[in-house]
Amino acid sequence: MSESPGKISVPCDVNGEAVTLRAYPFARLLDVLREELKLTGTKEGCGEGECGACSVLLDGELVNSCLVPAAQVEGANIQTVEGVADGERLHAVQQAMLESGGAQCGICTPGMVLAAVNLLRHTPDPTEADIREGLAGNLCRCTGYMKIFDAVIHACKK
Amino acid sequence: MRAYLPAYEMVVPRTLDDALALLREGAGAWQPFAGGTDLMVLLEAGRLEQRKFFSIRHLKELRGVEEVDGGVRVGALTTYTDVRRSELLSQHFPMLGQAARETGGIAIQNRGTVGGNIANASPAADTPPALLAYGAEVELVSAEGARRVPYADFHTGYKQTVMRADELIAAVRLSKPSEGARHFYRKVGTRRAQAISKVCFAALAEMEGDALREVRVALGSVAPVVLRCRRTEVSLRGRTPDDETLTAALEELGREVTPIDDVRSTARYRTRVAQNLLREFLSGLRGGGFGS
Repeated sequence: MSESPGKISVPCDVNGEAVTLRAYPFARLLDVLREELKLTGTKEGCGEGECGACSVLLDGELVNSCLVPAAQVEGANIQTVEGVADGERLHAVQQAMLESGGAQCGICTPGMVLAAVNLLRHTPDPTEADIREGLAGNLCRCTGYMKIFDAVIHACKK
Repeated sequence: MRAYLPAYEMVVPRTLDDALALLREGAGAWQPFAGGTDLMVLLEAGRLEQRKFFSIRHLKELRGVEEVDGGVRVGALTTYTDVRRSELLSQHFPMLGQAARETGGIAIQNRGTVGGNIANASPAADTPPALLAYGAEVELVSAEGARRVPYADFHTGYKQTVMRADELIAAVRLSKPSEGARHFYRKVGTRRAQAISKVCFAALAEMEGDALREVRVALGSVAPVVLRCRRTEVSLRGRTPDDETLTAALEELGREVTPIDDVRSTARYRTRVAQNLLREFLSGLRGGGFGS
């Protein structure tokens, strides 16, 4: 392959820290986070935007990091599951997931946490329908969802 | 198999003019990249044939909803989330909000754009039937200038459009329906979120007494393009939606759609559901309800 365009430098902010990523323009944000920054909390499920396991917040909006190319995150603020807790203190959603048994195998959990955090930012007092809609892009194969919904309801009360 | 990443290029033009200059440079050499919700899926599957892209996501002049001379202009980069949050659209074009809400999940709605949904030209897209029912126009822009095309003439065949290689979709323009117009939108898929439609139906009716003064009916996933059902409309226009009209319209619709069997559904099911949805829409007009 001659004339390969090569990697680019992408300055951005990840979990409050300024970083400069080195990546191919079409490298998926998911892979850059996991492989370059070693932030392996973000999981890959389907790799095509269907399952939500790779959810992160990009400039405050929930996105599937498998669908975001590195070239589009220049100057962006990225928050992964590693940046949700405040030091050792878990976010209300994380604490509620623990207490409600909202996680089993755990693969969907980081994405669920971010979808729930995103939901509560926009809708602090959600109805059950809001919760179902807010998490509808995140698939879970273990829990049957009810305990995850319970966790979000409990998180609102904290 | 995953694509070989070093083979793909993406540049970020600073302005719309820079983007249009890239488009003019050698027909089709560079392609626009907006939210990536379709293109990144192709990339991951190793089926993204185009190699050189330019990002347009940051071009603010192509994003947002504004009121313009008697209508509304929706910038091509307006996301589904933007559509859902727009008071102007929910007031005058409620089917667009419904379509946006039923597209993907929240994460997809934050990235996917109205212009991308049109440019991708999938016959199964969720917003286009609503755009057809609203009689939308597509505003195209190039280094040569701008032009408008009725959306009903935009798609010419499966994944084929009237766009030239040097053009970009700038916006969609919509005329406000009358106050009492009836809007009916319904997407049928395996589940509410994420699913691609088996059938998607959008219709708009303006009544005069009991009669349909004006009616537009459009469907997704029943033909190689999102389909404006003009013959069905003719069978309804000027008539009262009584049993006789309804039966004739259902038959006409059955002839007008040309669905296929595929992974999501069968031709027979799609035709039947399309007819059921037309029946539901027309029955709603008769009952005086809003149908949706």
